[in-house]
Amino acid sequence: MFGKLTLDALPLDSPIQMAGGAFMGVLVLAFIVYLVRTRKWSYLWKEWLTSLDHKKIGIMYMVLASLMLVRGFIDAIMMRSQQAMAYGPNQGILSPEHFDQIFSVHGTIMILFMAMPFIIGLMNIVLPLQIGSRDVAFPFMNSVSLWLTWAGALLVNLSLVIGEFAQTGWSAYPPLSELRFSPESGVDYYIWALEIAGAATLMSGINFLVTILRMRAPGMTLRKMPIFTWTSLCTNMLIIGAFPVLTVTLGLLALDRYLGMHFFTNDGGGNMMMYANLFWDWGHPEVYIVILPAFGIFSEVVPTFSGKALFGYTSMVVATFAITFLSFTVWLHHFFTMGSGGDVNAVFGISTMLIAVPTGVKIFNWLFTMFRGRVRFTTPMLWTIGFMLVFTMGGMAGVLLAMPGADFVLHNSLFLIAHFHTMLIGGTVFGVFAGVAYWFPKAFGFQLDEKLGKRAFWSWLIGFFIAFAPLYVLGFLGMTRRLVHYDNPAYRPWLIVAAVGVAIILFGILNQIAQLVVSIVNREKNRDNSGDPWNGRTLEWSIPSPPPPYNFAIVPEVHGIDAFWEDKRSGSPKRPVEYVDISLPRNSVIGILIGAFSLGFGFGMVWHIWWLAIPCLIGIVAAFVARASNEDHEYEISAAEVERIELDRRARVG
Amino acid sequence: MVHEQSGERGDGAESASLGSYLLGFALSIVMTAVPFALAIGQRLERTALVISVVVFAVAQIFVQLFFFLHLNSSGKWNRAALAYTALLVFILVGGSVWIMYHLNYNMMER
Amino acid sequence: MANGTVELTPAGRDSHAGHDPAATKVFGFWVYLMSDVILFATLFATYAVLSRNYAGGPSGKQLFDLRTVLLETAFLLTSSFTFGLAVLARNASRRDFLFISLGFTFALGIGFLGLEISEFARFVAAGDGPDRSAFISAFFALVGTHGLHVTVGLLWMVVLAWRIATGGLSAANRTRLALLGLFWHFLDVVWICVFSFVFLLGV
Repeated sequence: MFGKLTLDALPLDSPIQMAGGAFMGVLVLAFIVYLVRTRKWSYLWKEWLTSLDHKKIGIMYMVLASLMLVRGFIDAIMMRSQQAMAYGPNQGILSPEHFDQIFSVHGTIMILFMAMPFIIGLMNIVLPLQIGSRDVAFPFMNSVSLWLTWAGALLVNLSLVIGEFAQTGWSAYPPLSELRFSPESGVDYYIWALEIAGAATLMSGINFLVTILRMRAPGMTLRKMPIFTWTSLCTNMLIIGAFPVLTVTLGLLALDRYLGMHFFTNDGGGNMMMYANLFWDWGHPEVYIVILPAFGIFSEVVPTFSGKALFGYTSMVVATFAITFLSFTVWLHHFFTMGSGGDVNAVFGISTMLIAVPTGVKIFNWLFTMFRGRVRFTTPMLWTIGFMLVFTMGGMAGVLLAMPGADFVLHNSLFLIAHFHTMLIGGTVFGVFAGVAYWFPKAFGFQLDEKLGKRAFWSWLIGFFIAFAPLYVLGFLGMTRRLVHYDNPAYRPWLIVAAVGVAIILFGILNQIAQLVVSIVNREKNRDNSGDPWNGRTLEWSIPSPPPPYNFAIVPEVHGIDAFWEDKRSGSPKRPVEYVDISLPRNSVIGILIGAFSLGFGFGMVWHIWWLAIPCLIGIVAAFVARASNEDHEYEISAAEVERIELDRRARVG
Repeated sequence: MVHEQSGERGDGAESASLGSYLLGFALSIVMTAVPFALAIGQRLERTALVISVVVFAVAQIFVQLFFFLHLNSSGKWNRAALAYTALLVFILVGGSVWIMYHLNYNMMER
Repeated sequence: MANGTVELTPAGRDSHAGHDPAATKVFGFWVYLMSDVILFATLFATYAVLSRNYAGGPSGKQLFDLRTVLLETAFLLTSSFTFGLAVLARNASRRDFLFISLGFTFALGIGFLGLEISEFARFVAAGDGPDRSAFISAFFALVGTHGLHVTVGLLWMVVLAWRIATGGLSAANRTRLALLGLFWHFLDVVWICVFSFVFLLGV
């Protein structure tokens, strides 16, 4: 009746999983109670869940990513605790099966459901504003992307309480991930969550690429775009080039598992090495997808808080394209040890070392921008400086690993783990935090508490070093990754230090939560009425905070880089303006409906509940057709209404 | 003030004509029939067959891109996107085949 | 060196879809097709790697019937041509010719699919279905994915024909026809690669 699903799927024998599930359940329940008590159901539905406004969609991405950051971080706490304890006779608190699920879900969540939604959320909020546009190219598809991503995230989190997650690591290599060795639901949850979220990301990639290429304000040629827009362009090129590969790779694994095919099986002529090849052909561009937007954020923050134009605009753009191209040529470095031989390894080792060069160019450009500038050490700037220190260190570890000979010693050791966490945390996470601190006032109209923000930064920075520096050492000491237990006494002290580091990071996260709460409570005090709290340089700072639904009452005409800065400097008098009627996309329930159907489809596929999966699939198609049948997709804000909104904002600026 | 950013003119099919579709069709027929004949006929040795089939395939792809997909008249970003994709395909397929060949070779017994 | 100003032009455009919404949609669809090229490229790469892994089962030489493939190719290629005629009919605003051309396109597409499904059925009935060997798995995945795309295209054709019949040749429907055309021609381009690399070079 319910496919493979039985009551056995509930983790009644695992108190930690039951507690985790209960905690999530309590949070959801509390949120529902809050909505009921404050009667905000219809507000939530009308203003947010069915909205096609890119700014709101972006914020909903950020909410998902923030929740997933906490979820993934709890996994990290569990792993560090386990490894700090599980020496010799002490088996720790986690069974091997449970530990394997934790490191798998940690990686999956952090990369696909924390980092990706954060960067897509920021691109959603900022990109149209930076290019002087009123919306993205395809607002409806934007909504679909959002809700598919939520569906994927929900699917992964459901696996905590119904069934289990994959025990294969976040890369899910066959033959372990094949049906023969992983017959339970875990790998299927992984496959369908990523297929759904991957489709969402691909759609966003297409959406943003077309937005940048076709919806810039008049006068904004490519060479006048802000660097964040350039890096977004390249990020979306990467997404379009890489995500179809993931869709196929996991699809083939699904075909093996569901229909007994032989792509990656031990028998029948399958070749499991092809999985590793294809997975990383996606996987390497993926890491550049999460880092390029961070580079773009830094390229906005540094000039703003140095009071100087970015040094080396052209070389920044060239470097970004170099990174984009090279990121498709290095993927084999993830499996140097799989046996392709010296010739192949050498080629990819060289290309990997090469890719460090354009990144170095960028670092120098940021430093030269700060040189002789009037640097203000605000929270966004602190995150940026922290990034420059941390990322450079991790990058050097990367160049070390790029040498195949060295990699043979260090592959899958904690040195590797330390390296990529340095890049992901020092790069992507710090970048996102800088971007949040920088653009929060624009999105919400009030500032974040600086004191708590700085405290959070220092906790993260110090905590990060204490948590990960020991891992570099442990890598050289020979400790392998993903160990649930070990017998080498030399490892123990380092792992205890690492656990302390995680506790300090936890303090940082608590400060961030406190910062959000305090800032909301004090929002009237911290209100930004100018729309330009940082004395910014680019177009998003030229409109009110938060922006009106249409962003720009009058479409700006651009004449140079840092368009807004020059406008401020030249103090050009604002001519009397004529407002026009503005069309905007109506709300739509179809996006969230497709998300719900996808969740049902995914869940049905995982448990072989065909009477759920197939109707949901048909429902997705039907929803798209229904959307296309209705031609009335826009509503109009009259010129008079626009004028009213604009004058009202101007009055508040005073 | 509107400004043309990319020379987009929709799908380019506004400039299509019966003659161009017929020509494209005829060329495609020829470029299909010849490799099929060569393969069914089994007269050519392997390398020559591979080269012939590849050449005709590539040629027919260009024919269809030009005559059916109007790639010449539909804006430079379409061509840029195609060039980028073609490059990626070359790296993906070529790189995978090269890598897997080496992996398989090194995994052989004997 | 930045030395520009931002002027607030009085006559701002109100269209939020940019300069030409239809062209934006067409370009967006083209970009999606590029992602589909990568998708098929991955399937081709997989096929290339696994195409000699017979696992003691049959090879392409034993399975493929090139005359059937030639017939399938003829159907699909001709359907691309007849779709071109539909586009000409659209440009000339002739709904009657449009429906006739679409009808031929649809019939040829069904013919293609029918032949392909019967070939698949033949392999399965002989015990050489996709679970027989990696080679056959890769074959079914590649050719099957193409077939699925054709199926989607045919369904789309029906829905669009219905729209044009009830709603006329509106601007939106003209754009939709352009998108379907891109999709249909693209599938024929992919088929060129399929019949060349899988069938002609596989026997």
